[in-house]
Amino acid sequence: MPETVLSVKNLRKSFDSLEVLKDISFDVERGQVISVLGPSGSGKSTLLRCLTQLETIDSGEVAICGESLFSAGKYAEKGRLAGISLKVGLVFQNFNLFPHMSVMDNIITAPVRVKKIPKADAIKTAEGLLERIGLSDKADYYPYQLSGGQQQRVAIARALALDPEILFFDEPTSALDPELTGEVLRVIRSLADRRMTMIIVTHEMAFARGVSDRIIFMEGGVIAEDGDPETLFTNPKNPRTREFLMKAEEK
Amino acid sequence: MNTAVLLLLLKGATMTIRIFAVSLLCSLPLGLVVAALRMSKLWILNIPAKIFIVVLRGTPLMLQIMFIYFGPGFLPFLHFRWSDRIVAAVVALVLNYSAYFAEIFRGGIEGIPLGQSEAGKVLGLSRTQTFFIIVLPQVIKRILPPLGNEFSSLVKDTSLIHVLGITELMLVAKQQSSRLTSVGPYAVAMLMFLIINTLVSLIMGAFEKKLSYYR
Repeated sequence: MPETVLSVKNLRKSFDSLEVLKDISFDVERGQVISVLGPSGSGKSTLLRCLTQLETIDSGEVAICGESLFSAGKYAEKGRLAGISLKVGLVFQNFNLFPHMSVMDNIITAPVRVKKIPKADAIKTAEGLLERIGLSDKADYYPYQLSGGQQQRVAIARALALDPEILFFDEPTSALDPELTGEVLRVIRSLADRRMTMIIVTHEMAFARGVSDRIIFMEGGVIAEDGDPETLFTNPKNPRTREFLMKAEEK
Repeated sequence: MNTAVLLLLLKGATMTIRIFAVSLLCSLPLGLVVAALRMSKLWILNIPAKIFIVVLRGTPLMLQIMFIYFGPGFLPFLHFRWSDRIVAAVVALVLNYSAYFAEIFRGGIEGIPLGQSEAGKVLGLSRTQTFFIIVLPQVIKRILPPLGNEFSSLVKDTSLIHVLGITELMLVAKQQSSRLTSVGPYAVAMLMFLIINTLVSLIMGAFEKKLSYYR
């Protein structure tokens, strides 16, 4: 029996009079890798930002690992919210590493300050993560000394250090030079191999098709299509999906 | 000019440095508080902060010093008199400089990309932790140059408190100059201010160098 780790029902979000998310519903099972595709302005990033508490939800129901984040127009109480936010991680488009901290400090700050993990243990975990992303020799470097691809890999390690149940990626390779996207995508793929639950907003079609169990296509604030990659790419039901995929292919 | 005059000037300079140091140590944290109020979304907090900043930056410091020291004397119902002129002078300097520091802090804080605090939030840090661990260290690096300018202005502005008869460097120079009918004490006082400010800028330079380990 698959375990549902994320459940979104009738999620709505507006910025002033502009409705960005209109009635979004979907469930995610543990270990699933989902790519979210769609034109810019379709609400993909806003969806991730609502689920990571960076934007406030207007209405709907959101539950993460069985715990209600938002329901009946209200957020869970403050103490709960902090716990729920630790269950999800977010990798930003612009990495958002802390420039004044070394790679090691970037990774261990939250485990030590938030989860109160002893520093020595946090360092040990971080060393393991750095090895996994192939940056063991960069622990004492500062972000500005790293390439964009290396910075993004560190950002992934930083998110993983909190041991989240779900990891969200908001266009993780969009700010990178084309020759640097591969190293980041390889790291994400290795997480997929370990059955990390991930929701990836991306414009990398080939990657999405190869790595995902499921693809959600968003358009104008709604989920236009939700299905397995092969069907969605070879035989999309929705005409808007077909149009988008054709345009993407032209590029 | 003799040794006795020089000693008096040195004593004045010591007072100047003490006033400077105390004013600085009090106005920096107060400036941070005023900046926080100024950036608050609640009008009941940000409007008074805005008025505070406009008034303190828009009127002469010497007038503020006199207003704060002599003011209570003309308002008997306050039942308040400054027990010490130096305290009144320091309060005036602190209020005035906290207004300037507040604007420097605000500029620095607003200059930090929003993504930094978002990253802090997503990692589960509280708002206070995010501010003190993530934002403030980066703000300090950015605002060191404008802060340095204000520090050096503060050294010079301590001379204004001579209007209250506080025997700091400026007043001593003025007294000795008229007593000796010589420009000498003024020249020496100038040199002493210059030395103090050179030290201040050396210290600021050292701080900037210390924080240059990242970009």
